Formats: sequence, C-alpha cells, structure tokens
Amino acid sequence: MTMENYDLVVVGGGPGGYVAAIRAAQLGLKTALVEKAQLGGICLNWGCIPTKALLRSADILRLVKDAGRFGVQVAAPQIDLAAMVKRSRDVAGQLQSGVTYLMKKNKIAVIAGHARLAGGGKLDVTTANGVSTISAKHIILATGARARPLPGLTPDGESVWSYREALMPTRVPTHLVVVGAGAIGIEFASFYHALGAKVSVVEMAERVLPVEDEDISRHMGDALRKQGMQLYLGSRLTSSSKRRNGGVDEWTLQLDGRHKESLTADVVLTAAGIVGNIEELGLEATAVKIDRSHVVTDAYGATGEPGVYAIGDLAGAPWLAHKASHEAVICVEKIAGMNPHALDATRIPACTYSHPQVASVGLTEAQAKANGHKVRIGTFPLAVNGKAIALGATGGFAKVVFDDASGELLGAHMVGEEVTEMIQGYAIARELESTEAELMETVFPHPTVSESMHEAVLAAYGRALHI
Amino acid sequence: MAILIRMPEIAANATSAVIKEWSRKEGDSIRIGETLAEIETDKALIEFDADQAGILGKILAPAGKDIEVGAPIAVLFAEGETSVDIAAVLAAAGVGTASGTAPAAAPAPAAPFAPAPAVSATAQRAPAGGRVFVSPLARRLARDRGIGLQGVQGSGPHGRIVKRDVDALAAATASKPVNVNAAATSTSVASSASKATDAGYVEIAHSGMRRTIARRLSESKSTIPHFYLSAACKMDKLMALRAEINAGSSRKISVNDFIVKAVAAALKASPQMNVGWTDSALRQYAQADISVAVSTDGGLITPVVRAADSKSLSAVSAEIADLAARARSGQLAPEEYQGGSFTISNLGMFGVQEFSAIINPPQAAILAVGTTSQQAVVADGAIAIASVMNVTLSVDHRAIDGAVAAQWLALFQRHIEHPLSTLI
Repeated sequence: MTMENYDLVVVGGGPGGYVAAIRAAQLGLKTALVEKAQLGGICLNWGCIPTKALLRSADILRLVKDAGRFGVQVAAPQIDLAAMVKRSRDVAGQLQSGVTYLMKKNKIAVIAGHARLAGGGKLDVTTANGVSTISAKHIILATGARARPLPGLTPDGESVWSYREALMPTRVPTHLVVVGAGAIGIEFASFYHALGAKVSVVEMAERVLPVEDEDISRHMGDALRKQGMQLYLGSRLTSSSKRRNGGVDEWTLQLDGRHKESLTADVVLTAAGIVGNIEELGLEATAVKIDRSHVVTDAYGATGEPGVYAIGDLAGAPWLAHKASHEAVICVEKIAGMNPHALDATRIPACTYSHPQVASVGLTEAQAKANGHKVRIGTFPLAVNGKAIALGATGGFAKVVFDDASGELLGAHMVGEEVTEMIQGYAIARELESTEAELMETVFPHPTVSESMHEAVLAAYGRALHI
Repeated sequence: MAILIRMPEIAANATSAVIKEWSRKEGDSIRIGETLAEIETDKALIEFDADQAGILGKILAPAGKDIEVGAPIAVLFAEGETSVDIAAVLAAAGVGTASGTAPAAAPAPAAPFAPAPAVSATAQRAPAGGRVFVSPLARRLARDRGIGLQGVQGSGPHGRIVKRDVDALAAATASKPVNVNAAATSTSVASSASKATDAGYVEIAHSGMRRTIARRLSESKSTIPHFYLSAACKMDKLMALRAEINAGSSRKISVNDFIVKAVAAALKASPQMNVGWTDSALRQYAQADISVAVSTDGGLITPVVRAADSKSLSAVSAEIADLAARARSGQLAPEEYQGGSFTISNLGMFGVQEFSAIINPPQAAILAVGTTSQQAVVADGAIAIASVMNVTLSVDHRAIDGAVAAQWLALFQRHIEHPLSTLI
C-alpha cells in the first residue's frame, strides 16, 4: 500500500484544528484532519455551544417566572429537562454536520482515528480498519484539553460530573457543589441554580471569575449570592467521601481555608481548570517541550520539533475556542510562507455566559497598574442606562481602563445582560488602536445598553453625561 | 480558475508604481510567499510576494512601465490550467480588454493594460496630499515622541502604521549600535526594526526613506558625470547687513536665507543653469524652485521653496523655517519636497569648511555650502582679515558645460558679496 503524503496533517478537529485545515486548504495545501471523536471538538460538542443552548433554556425559564413583572400573567412553568438536553444535543449535532460539510467543501481528507507522531514527518493513524502511516511536511497538533481531575472525584456520570456529564443530566441535583469558580463552573452553577438546584461554589481564589477585573468579580459574587448561591471563596477541598443514602450517593466534602465547614451534596461538579491532551501523541521521542501538561510553542505555534506545531488549548491559556481558531490561522499562514502577526493575548475577548453575563478584553485595572501604566478608569452602571431600565435588567456596569499618557484603551470589562454581544465593540477599538478620542467621537445608538460603553469612556475623562 | 494579479498599493499614498523587474517568468510555478516581482515607487522598493499559488500564466505589465495601483499586472493560472482566455479573465474582472490578446472581433482596444475606468477615476480623485494610514494610537505616540511617519511602511493591514511600528522606530532611533554583545535590552527590537547578533553589530532594518536615499544617490553618483567648481565668498557685507536687519526684527534671517535668495537670483539671470536632465530632453524650469536639504531623524529630505526669486527675503526665511519644522515632524506633503529645480546643501552650521554634494536628479546642479569663518585674505596688496564662506557647485556635465557653470558661480558670488542686490 502506498503511503498518503500531505502538505499538512492536523491532529484534532476542534475549533483550532478544523479552522487550521480550512485555512490550509484555502492556501492550496494538501490537507488531512485526524479526529478520533467528533468534528468540532469540545467547543461544539461538549463546551461552548451546547452550554449556550442549555443556558438559553434557563434564560427562558427565568423570563417566564418573571413575566408578571412585565405585565404578562402565565401559569407556573414546568421544567422538561429531557427536552432541554435534547435541544442542546440537536444544536451541537447541527453544527457538527456543518463542520463535516466545510471539510468536504474544502476537499480536506478527514480521517476518523487516533494519530501518533512516528518521527520523520510521519504519523501512525489507528482507525477502525487498523493502523496505517501517513506522511506530512507539517503537522499541527490541536488535541485540546480536558477537565483537570480532582483526587477522589472521578467523574462517573452519577454523582460526580465534569462539564461533559453536566451537559447530559437526567435529573436536577438537589444540592450541587461546583468546585472551581472560573467561567465553566459559574456557567453551570447559573444553569442548575436557574433550574432550582441548591448550588454551592468552592473556589481557592478569594473571588469568583478570578481572571476578571476585581470589580467584576465583586459584582458577580454579590449577584450570585443575592440569587441564593452559596460561595465558599478562599477555600479548598481537603477531602471527600461518599456514601449511599436512600439509593443515591451522598458526598461529604471537607473545606479548609477561609471556610472550614463540611458540605453535603448529591452531585459534585469538577471545574477546577483543565489539562492538555498530551498523551499518546508520540511526543516522548521528539524535541517537543511540555510545561505543566501544555506544549511549549513560539508565537506562531512552532514547537521544539521542526515541522511539528501546536495550537489552541494544547498550547496553553487562555483556553478559548476563538483563541484556538486565531492561532490556527496564524500557524498555517506562517507555514505557507506568509507573514502573519503573532496573536496579542490582550486583544482576545473572554465571555462568561452566566446570569448576569461577563465579558472583557485586555488588561484589568490591577494588571495595567502592575505593568507600570498610570491608568484612567471609567465606569458606568446599567442602573442609569435607559434601555437597561426598560428591559428590567439594571444589574451590571461597564468599566474601561485607559493609559493616561497615550489614551490607549488597555482593557474593558462588562457585566450585565447580553454584554457578551457587546464586548467586540471594545475589541475592535483595541485592534484598531483607538484612543479615548475616537471612542468619544463614536456615535452610539439610543436607546441601547451599549451606550454604557460610551459613557464609561466619557467617565474616564470626567465627561460622563448621564451620571 | 485563473486569477488576476493587480498592482499593489505598496506605499500608503502611491497611486502608481513601476515594476522594476519580474522575478519569475511566464510558465513558472509559483508558491505562496514567493517573490513575483520587484516593485518601486519614488519612496520604496519592495519585493512583491504571491499570496496565492499557481502558474504565472501571463505577464500583462512589462518591467519599467509606470502602472496605476489596482491595474492588472499578471494572470495567475491554477495548477494544471493551460489555455486560458486572458481577455475573458480581464473582462470578468471588469477590466478593459488588453490589446494583443483580444479576440479579433473585439472593438478596437485602448492602450494596452489600461485600467478599468473606475480604477483610474478613483486614482485621480485620490488626494495628492499623501495620506498616511496610521492608527490613532500610533499617530499620537509618534507625535508625542517626535517621530515622523511620512514614508514609513506600516506593518498593519494594507501597510497601516500601528503601535508596534512606532515602538520599533523609537527603539531603532534610540538604539546605540556601539556594543551589542551586552545589549540584552534590545531583544524586543530584534523582531522588528533591528536584529541583534553575536557578531558585535546590530542590523537595523532599512526604512522606506533610507532605501529611497540609497537608491537615488547611488544612481546619481554612478550615472551623472559630476564636475565641481569652488569659490570663496567674502561675507563681511552680508554679515553686516544681516546684523542690521535682525537688529530690528523679531524673526531672525539666517545666512542660509540669503544664500537661497542669491541662488534664486543667479538662476533667474542665468536660465541655462536652471535645468534638469532627462533622457529625452533638457528640461528648462520656468521658475527658481530651490530645494533646501533638511536633516531629520529618518534621513535627508529636501523641501522646496517655490519661485524663491520672486519672494522677499523675509518670506523665504519664514517659509524655510516652516518647511524645516514640518520636515522634522514628518508632516510634509509630497508636493512640498518633490520637483525643485536646484538644491542647496548647507553644512556650515557644523563648522564644515567645504564639501562637495551629490546631485539630486533630475536636477543638474547642487550647491554645497561651508561655514563662514574669519580668514586671512589679500586685499589691495595687503593681508587682511575677512569673513569667508566656501561654496562648491556640483554640476551635471550632460546638462551644463563648465563655462556656463563658472559664469553662474561668479554671478552667485557677486550676489552674496553684494547682498543688497538680491533684496532689490
């Protein structure tokens, strides 16, 4: 049998891998994509997309429950969990077939199997039909990451969940303990709380969403507590034990740190970070360097091994689909001899689809100060934004961080209704290198919640109009 | 499918450019990133790289021809494509049919490679003011740091100048290439403007302006038959007159202002000297447009005082001050530094006694001006002390003969030594 030769083989079909394959095909490279599970990866099948579908159900439920406030009288809503999950799976399925179509359209060879580096630009691919070898001038590893396992808390689909099990619930937990208050933990906490579960969140850091600006974390912490969630911040899990009680598992979780209590839960959700999928790739025999489960690369995805590249979650934080896709394009263009610019991490927006939502781009106030900037801060509360009042969604604010000397927009942070759809305004401003002057001169439509973005900029320069 | 390759906008304000040389020939297989051609504008020479793979099927624009930005220059065939109807490709792209490839029945084509009317109309509407595409932040940083951006090729989309370019320029200006073995601090610069090496030197990437200077002056010195005439001008009367004028005025007139006036007056009186050489004809200029060499952080630039012969000394002085200041802040529009008829290069302020300058083509002469110093001179059979300024005239012998130049220099000297004559 002759060995198939490619210009580029991408290992992993998530938002990093499949975008890399498409860009390579656009640039005329003969490209193959090896995926052992589902095209679209975690993002599309077990992450970004299906969680958004579930959270949409939670939003609808919240609105219906709240309908009386808007002068709409409805009967008490019923939760159909199976229908919610089915809709979420259907959404993922629809997008997965979309990716399959994109592969076909771009004439990318998709190989369902597991690829392992075999040295000298070769890969051993294990498929249902056995092992075969393919060769490639360039190999991009985009195998992603998985939930960090917690000792004694191995996801079993019953009473210990990772994101994957949390997307396929058969019942609403009575008391859900979420370990980790990052974006994933807070999104699931929001969802299950909306469905009526008692939700507790345990976080080692002193605040929820620890990578966000401190003001955002404080606001979110207050908002979640007000909704009725229990937050155990500055605390860590020291031990866990399980016993059967009335046919179901009952977990006892011992905390230490700021809180020393012991929690009882019927379901534990582990969301304490992720680890890169570096195993079974044949990396041991290469010069690829690994640092804490992630592959070390240069700004264009090149690893220590010539011809082998890594992108996305595998290549480290921030663990965001859009970061993976962007790295994919940069990496492929570099391979194709073009001259792409390295990705600037401070231009990558991040979104958390909790209730309320959080969105940010660039430096936090503390990071800006730590980097030696003399900063100018502007904030504007949604409580005085006309559209937010009309919507009945006045919780939240917009905050901007400017460099005082140059007027560069260093960072922007938002919390509130649908802020995830607005943050790109600030992201564009950063990419176009706008200063406060252009943002001030930009006409924002009235009445919109986005006016708060304008007012925050004005506020940074003592010119806010509506406060 | 065959793809039309168009003339890129290689400098931010260029409306046209010349293909200096095709690096590949018809029939060559082209990979992405491979250099197709060298393209130059008056500001820069760049390698034009393919952003799509294929076969270089047909070159539409020959080397050496000035082509409008956006006009088709070549057709790239897809792999395996052999017979392509070029006319159809051009028509599909909305471009007028090229002669020679048009079907016989096609209406008589216009000049070959004529760009689509829409393209040329756009190009003509484009302001000649030389818009520099620069991000708001980069503009502000450049202004704050006193960095000129005219002629800078940005690294952003479509050559837009962005923050990292200004940072690189600032770093390149600040870096002192003395001993770089210890220069660990210059690593951030390494990726952009200059490259630190272990060899004891740094490599500072050429700016567009530096490339233009290098190219134009090499061309001048190697193709123009220069000859040189020197004169020592007695400056006592001029210095006395200048002191008198400046005593009663808030704006100080410089020696250089007098020199500009004297050169202009001499050119007006000797039009055979106010000429430029082109291959096809000798260009005689109608007015004395004096290019004044100004040194900036980025390099040499020569803003032009138009019709200096018809302007007053104070007007010339004010204009030069304004042009020089804006040259140093990179604010000059192209028409303000292009198209003079004669150049003055004055290094007197640095104490230089005398030097000879390189002609700025298509001009045919340049005057190199040294410092004014007290020297022993013989006057009326006795040694006396006088203020003397040495000047050296460089002349293009193709355009001007020795006697004409000598007569002009004598005329200039008379104006300098009797400065009132230039003021009347």
